Amino acid sequence: MACITPDGQLTTTASNLLKFLAEPKTLEEIKTPFPRPTYILRSMLRELVQAGFILEEGDTFSLTDKGKGKIG
Amino acid sequence: MEEIKQPSSTIPRLGMPAPQFEAVTTHGTLRLSDFKGTWLILFSHPADFTPVCTTEFIGFSQIHPDLQKMNCELMGLSIDSVYSHIAWVRNIQEKLGVKITFPVIADLNKEVASLYGMVMPGESKTETSRCVFVIDDKQILRAMIYYPLTTGRNMDEILRLIQALQTTDANGVATPANWRPGDKVIIPPPMTQEMAEERVKTPNVECTDWYLCKKELK
Repeated sequence: MACITPDGQLTTTASNLLKFLAEPKTLEEIKTPFPRPTYILRSMLRELVQAGFILEEGDTFSLTDKGKGKIG
Repeated sequence: MEEIKQPSSTIPRLGMPAPQFEAVTTHGTLRLSDFKGTWLILFSHPADFTPVCTTEFIGFSQIHPDLQKMNCELMGLSIDSVYSHIAWVRNIQEKLGVKITFPVIADLNKEVASLYGMVMPGESKTETSRCVFVIDDKQILRAMIYYPLTTGRNMDEILRLIQALQTTDANGVATPANWRPGDKVIIPPPMTQEMAEERVKTPNVECTDWYLCKKELK
């Protein structure tokens, strides 16, 4: 699910996901509070990584400084 | 003599890794690899806002929950824009009361259609035929079905196909013609004479002859 609008705004789900990643999480840990098909979560996480809001290290996703700034 | 032009796309092979792609869909940009760990039915339709395709989309939507119970997802494709797809799925919901819950690829440049041999130039050079590709959880292409533009697909058969493939994987058996869950399954033929002799003596196995043996799954 595309989670960043063409004018750079985060969807509600993306915003909630960034807040949830204040502490680094794995995909498995993300699945519980975000009950969506895995392919959707992978796509969303990739989009947020490409936008520089989160960092993927191994199997863990964490918020970048840019991501922290985005959610204020 | 008229020159025979070969189509530029190829048809993928069963048992081989499914061709990887990244595509714009109604659910954002998706990669085939996003579906790893899940079975996937990748299917094409000729065009949005056409009658047979609309009935098929309703049919696919109706079997989607059953497929999801089998760890299987759906993804459609046609050579239309994502805006056309969005308008069409919204129209289906408005006019027919059916919500389309699976993503649909907008394959305007025919990239995925070419990878999977979905365009049949003898039928149409601008539309994809009614193709179904079953990709398993390890991203291996397990089955293909090709239907012409005029003929809507049978959703029961697509469900049955997934049930049969997963039964094969889980039990190391084959399934006979018209098999349905609960029916007897076929034990793969013996590879040696010794195996053949033992096979016909095995209890709880119904053998017509050494090469045709069935059993019930417990």
